[in-house]
This record gives sequence, structure tokens and C-alpha cells, in this order.
Amino acid sequence: MAELQTNDGGGKKKKGGSKQKKISVHVDFTPMVDMNMLLITFFMLCTSLSKPQTMEINMPSNDQKITADDREKVKASQAITLVLSGGDSLFYYTGQPDYKDYNSLKLSSYKADGIRSLLMKRNQEAVLKINDLKKKKLELKITQEQFTKQASEIKGGKNTPVVIIKASDKATYKNLIDALDEMQICNIGKYVIDKITPAEFFLMKNRETKGAHAAKFGK
Amino acid sequence: MSKAKVARKSTLIDMTAMSDVTVLLLTFFMLTSTFVKKEPVEVNTPASVSEIKIPETNILQILIDPTGKVFLSLDKQTDMINTLTTVGGELGVSFTTEEIQKFKIQKTFGVPMKNMKAFLALPAEKGDEILKDYGIPTDSTDNQFKVWIKAARATNQDLRIAIKADSKTPYKVIKDVMTSLQDLRENRYNLITSLKVESAN
Repeated sequence: MAELQTNDGGGKKKKGGSKQKKISVHVDFTPMVDMNMLLITFFMLCTSLSKPQTMEINMPSNDQKITADDREKVKASQAITLVLSGGDSLFYYTGQPDYKDYNSLKLSSYKADGIRSLLMKRNQEAVLKINDLKKKKLELKITQEQFTKQASEIKGGKNTPVVIIKASDKATYKNLIDALDEMQICNIGKYVIDKITPAEFFLMKNRETKGAHAAKFGK
Repeated sequence: MSKAKVARKSTLIDMTAMSDVTVLLLTFFMLTSTFVKKEPVEVNTPASVSEIKIPETNILQILIDPTGKVFLSLDKQTDMINTLTTVGGELGVSFTTEEIQKFKIQKTFGVPMKNMKAFLALPAEKGDEILKDYGIPTDSTDNQFKVWIKAARATNQDLRIAIKADSKTPYKVIKDVMTSLQDLRENRYNLITSLKVESAN
């Protein structure tokens, strides 16, 4: 309780002292509480408790001769190229672009039944392994460190797909983040953000015109 | 079996316990929270499932608004001063001590060099108001953004670059920024997102 019992006569009592008055000193804490509440309100309004989430991303360096070579290699190995276009639309093609066949560029979406199911299917092996690993971690059979190490090993494995993300100028930042998000959800370790080339525009135009565009240039 | 006479009780409530609780809460808030940085433009970051937290110090934040204006913020005042003088030296603008003092307390900056002197001469409230109309030029003809990043990196080697962009920002601007960063061999950076609750399966 916020009260103090004080003796009037101080610490040393005299033997023959008269009656001592007991004064109880009540301290009213209400203003203190008021002030504290005010401060708490201020802090709650002016601060951010949670730090923002981030995505870490490694971009390839801008060395022209490395990338030109690697691009061809990656393409030949049945990479999946995602083309992010305006209006939240998403196209993809596998391997080398096929300029003749307008159906080679397929329409997909950012929804769960869109590109995610495709990538999940492609990356099935790794996804299953990662899920196994997660289960082990939940059962505390492996530590966090072991988990991250093994997970990155699985993600970098030989048979995992390579995804190239190409965004057109009309795409928004959200589209890019969504695409990167899918990489994380589908446990894809090898992906790259690349610049869109005329080839992709050609494919898109070709798809729009159902092959008429390619026919114009093909012959 | 109740007594007929109810004893009179004082209506004074002891606030000590309440005070204890509030002080505890206050301490908690003071210790855990970080102040919201004042940003010249409102940015709604897209959601993602990523759960990595951003480190608190040594962050060079690149803020990109929906219309594509680019702003920068550094968390250390010494870095701010050094960066400003380096960039000023490179672009041929020198600053007085007063101007530097004023620049270092800015939370976010993003004014083209040719407007910088006039901007720093303005009173603080007015400066905040018009800052959102500026933005650091990122186009290839006058890429001051690159100069800023380079200067910031030269001042602090441990700097981490974080891009915070609005979900509606066109990719073109992001591409410009990313290409500039690539040119400077800054290949590792963070993208700031907000949390999306979604299961992996």
C-alpha cells in the first residue's frame, strides 16, 4: 500500500515520551498512473514494434561475357522462364523459346493453382525432401543450423529446375515480389532476375495474334 | 445472515499496483520499440512469406514511391555527413558547415544536387513538404543515384542495401535502380516486404 507510517518523534524514542502520533501518509498514485498511461499511448502510437520483413536477393554481376554464355547453357537445360507482364498477367515457357509455335508461351497466374502448382510439380523431389526436413526439425531431431545447411543443399541439387524471371516495364513491384515469393514457397534455389529481351516481346505478340506475327517474319 | 449495518468503506482505490503495471508496460515499450521513421512518401510494401528480419543498423534504405521517385536514408549521422561531402565533391557542389549540420538531421533525403542548396536553406517544415516532389534522378543521363550509393559505400563498408518500394511501383523504376546497383557491383541486397500469412503447402 502506498502509505508510510511515520513516527513523530523520529528514530530514537525516549523512555518517558508522551504519546506518539501515528501519521499515515497516503500517496495518491492516480496522477502517476495517468501520466504513465499517456506515455504508453504515445509510445504505442509513435513506434513500430515489429521490424519489417525482408527478402534477401543475390543478383548476378553485370559482366556481359559471363552472362551471355551462361544464359545459353541455362536455357538448354530446360529452364522455366517467367514473363511478368502488365495487368498482373504472367506467362511462362520452358527451355528455349519456340518462335514458331505461339502456344509455347503459356498463360499462368500468381494464384496457388497457377504457376505454383507447375513449379511444385517440377520441383517435387526437392519439395518432398524439404518437407521431410521440416518435419524432422519440428520433432527436434536436427538443429536449425543443420536444417538450413541441408535445405540449401537440396535446393541446389542437380535435378532442381532453374527459373528465370523476366519482368516487362508494365509489371509492378508487387508482381516481382510475388514471383520471388513463389520461388520461396516452391523451394527453388536457382532463380535469377533477368532483363526482358525482344524475344519475349516477340513471343507475347505471337501469342496475341495466334501465330500471325511469327508467320510475318518466318518466311 | 447479513448485517443490517454496512460498514462504511472509503472509496479510495489504491493505485500503487496499477502504477506498477503501467511502469512495467512503459519500460517494455521503451525497450522493444523503434521509432517510426518519417518518410516523405507513403509506401505500402507488398506482402511476402519471407521471414527474415532486417538488421537494425548499417542500413542504406532506398525508398521508391508509386510514381517512381527515389529517396535514400542512412541511419548514421556521420555517414550522412561524409556521403554528402563526397557526393558534393563529385558533382561540384560545396556545402557550408551550416548546410551540412542541417543535412545530417534529415531522416530521408532525395533532392537533385542542383536543388540541394536551395532545399537546405528552407526551414525544416517546408522542406518536408516539398521533399516528396523531388527524388534522386536515376536515369542514365544524370544518374546521381549511383553517385550517392557509391559515396555511401565508400563511407561505410558494412552498409546493407535495402529496397523498400510500393507494391504499385512500375517495374521500370525498379529495373533502373537494380541496374544501377549492378553496375556498382552491389549484388546483394534486401527487399523489404510485409508479412503474408500463408502456408507453404
